[in-house]
Amino acid sequence: MDGRHLPVRRIAGLLLLALGPVLVLGVLFVLPVSGMVAQGFWVDGRFAPGEVLDVLARPRVHRIAWFTLWSSSVATLVAVVVGLPVAHALHRLRLPGRSVLRAAVLVPFVLPTVVVGVAFRTLLGEGGPLGFLGLDGTPVAIISGLVFFNVALVVRAVGTAWESLDPRPGEAAAALGATPLQVLRTVTLPALRPAIVGAASVVFLFCATAFGIVLTLGGVRYGTVETEIYLLTTTVFDLRAAAALSVLQIVVVVALLAVSARLRQVPDPTAQRVVALPRSVRRSDWPVLSATALVLVAVALPLVSLVAGSFETSGGWGLDNYRALTTSGDNRALLVPVTAALATSLRTAVDATWMSLLVGLLVAALVTRRSHSVAERRVRSVLDGFFMLPLGVSAVTLGFGFLITLDQPPLDLRDSPLLVPMAQALVALPLVVRTLAPVLGAIDDRQRQAAASLGASPARTLLTVDLPVVWKPMLAASGFAFAVSLGEFGATSFLARDDTPTLPVVIYRLIGNPGELNYGMALAASVVLAATTACVMLAVERLRVPSLGAL
Amino acid sequence: MLELRDVSVRYGATLAVDDVSLDLPAGQVLAVLGPSGCGKSTLLRAVAGLEPLSHGTIRADGRDLAGVPTHRRGFALMFQDGQLFAHLTVARNVAYALRLRRTPASRTAARVRELLELVGLTGYDDRLPATLSGGERQRVALARALAVEPRLLLLDEPLSALDATLRERLAGDLREILGLARTTALLVTHDHEEAFALADRLAVMRDGRVVQSGAIDEVWRAPVDEDTALFLGYARVLRGDAARRVLASGGLPGADAVAVRRSAMVVDPAGTLAARVESARVTPDQVRLVVVVDGIGRLDAVAPLGSRVAPGDPVRLRIDVTRLAGLPIVAGP
Repeated sequence: MDGRHLPVRRIAGLLLLALGPVLVLGVLFVLPVSGMVAQGFWVDGRFAPGEVLDVLARPRVHRIAWFTLWSSSVATLVAVVVGLPVAHALHRLRLPGRSVLRAAVLVPFVLPTVVVGVAFRTLLGEGGPLGFLGLDGTPVAIISGLVFFNVALVVRAVGTAWESLDPRPGEAAAALGATPLQVLRTVTLPALRPAIVGAASVVFLFCATAFGIVLTLGGVRYGTVETEIYLLTTTVFDLRAAAALSVLQIVVVVALLAVSARLRQVPDPTAQRVVALPRSVRRSDWPVLSATALVLVAVALPLVSLVAGSFETSGGWGLDNYRALTTSGDNRALLVPVTAALATSLRTAVDATWMSLLVGLLVAALVTRRSHSVAERRVRSVLDGFFMLPLGVSAVTLGFGFLITLDQPPLDLRDSPLLVPMAQALVALPLVVRTLAPVLGAIDDRQRQAAASLGASPARTLLTVDLPVVWKPMLAASGFAFAVSLGEFGATSFLARDDTPTLPVVIYRLIGNPGELNYGMALAASVVLAATTACVMLAVERLRVPSLGAL
Repeated sequence: MLELRDVSVRYGATLAVDDVSLDLPAGQVLAVLGPSGCGKSTLLRAVAGLEPLSHGTIRADGRDLAGVPTHRRGFALMFQDGQLFAHLTVARNVAYALRLRRTPASRTAARVRELLELVGLTGYDDRLPATLSGGERQRVALARALAVEPRLLLLDEPLSALDATLRERLAGDLREILGLARTTALLVTHDHEEAFALADRLAVMRDGRVVQSGAIDEVWRAPVDEDTALFLGYARVLRGDAARRVLASGGLPGADAVAVRRSAMVVDPAGTLAARVESARVTPDQVRLVVVVDGIGRLDAVAPLGSRVAPGDPVRLRIDVTRLAGLPIVAGP
């Protein structure tokens, strides 16, 4: 065989394998999003980029873009500052009940955004335990909601890196006379910098594209680019302005993704890691421990007040709100009972899970196989970046894009029951890939070569080398995808049909409708949804997959 | 300078260090030698203040170190693989402790230059640790540890991560540098060559306990039991009749057991023992044989390079008495 043709053949084979996932992402992601974007650039069939600039020059757009920017920045900063001590305490110290605490911290991240919004309103709203602060509907409330939601990401990403950090350089520094604070500043934080910056960029991304939280907490006064796109498409019907904002968002997000991909090039902390034994707690750990306790209390508060609120009825405490879940609410607020919506949610989540797992597994395998040439490595890294795109592009844009592009043959999916699962699978896809890829990447290729040299066929190699390592992360990734799908609101709010809404959609509709029972039902439904996702997450956490949630 | 009295360190239910007492006079190098898992690294970490003692005291210059945190002990710690700060250049690594003490920049620069010259890495200032070889990294780690003239240098298998040639060369350099600076050092290692290359004194550790300690040649000449002898590099231990016959042939007083180095039996026509060659292997220095001696059994022996010995040949063996050590007690049957 001619050696020079080998790389070309390998790349061709690679691209052939990638064809399936690329096609899926092309049709279900690129097409809808570019359809949405095209709305802004093509006016009456001609190319008119000036219109986009006009929209971007509007003062309201400036205000909203500025609010998005600063609220996300502040939320990111707070999440990082608050997350660091928790990451240290939960990943470096031998605390009693460590694994339960870790799972508890992860719960907010998989809570449906609508639930987070509702929980904060029960806490901060009139009559809530912290209502006297008058924070309801202020930027502080929005930022708290964003921090609450994202702190888990920081704890996860930084904690995982911290856990695998060799303690010996720090010990060497201490022996050279560095105080614990100096060790932190000169040795530990520099070593963690890639993980911290990586986590911060992902958190910023999530904050800047947050939808459910801002929509439920911001009211009419405060909006971000994401909620503005929603308002423009569903209420004002100004598609061009919505498209212009989508373009703005995509540009910013792609730039950010590129930056964070660069930062990830530093060796992945979860690959081939050595976990340092957690050390026992010392008296000098009290600042970290008290900070952690504070964070845990702050994370628990909204949830406790949500649960308490759900048991509150006009005549004292009771289960009335839960009993009402079999009805469709006061004044026919809903078309179907809440329990039916729960069933729809579960069905949808099952579909979304197998879809994202199937595609995610293929993608993870594609991007982690060892490259034999520079060109091949480039192709793989481009593919890697491509499949991360759904992480940053707003779910609202995606949902609306689905509506306007997948509505005619040959791709008329509007009435397909798989439309919503497909959108949700796309949202979950990057998380699935990020959970699986580090695990697959950490398998030493020589193990496969050893198996092959002992006479194992490729399929047999897969079975004996890859599968034993990957089945747990696969289970974890499917649980994660399931939880994400259960809570997905941005895309679903566009795509779910009125007669088959999912639970988050129903909750949002209930809090938008007047009536005490409707509000109570919204709280009860939120508790049910939160409990379901939390159970899934706790089960997943028991699998102890290190890359889970570390994006 | 360093005094350990009845030191114990407990990890949960296991006693990693069990009632260890050691003395290290100023200016000397003490090697703690033991197989992996014997507790020697834990002992080193306890001296550094990284592990709490469950019992006993550690004193430095007469002062009890209980409650003194690592960074106030004035020691320096050098790990097996250097543990350089990957984000700092070589010069910044070496200057780390000086900068902590806010030494003026000009003095820091001069000291860094001096230290890099001492370890033979002049001009490496701006390199990052990732671009250095293993041996260079260890040299930088040594320069970093010596920067503030620690009253005690703690070395955790400083040469074990290096390949054989490099290890030998760096051992020589290390010995010279430690001697020049009159540094007091505590070294832990599982490699007796490393211990012999660097230390003045030796403590042999097993299962958390120090089984023998003393000046290095004393320990080497008179190992306290069979396991110690084998760990110190003796090839075989003979017991009973075999031991007595070997000792008698060498004109030594009898003992129940004797530890024999490979080079204790030398092929010599005038030798006192008759043997038959079982196998022969040429090494750069000598021919190594396995022989069967009448009434003793299988033994190792050496012959000068160029000797023509082949399996099956009868040979006579001379005993080099400096390469035997009678053992006071018999371990096992």
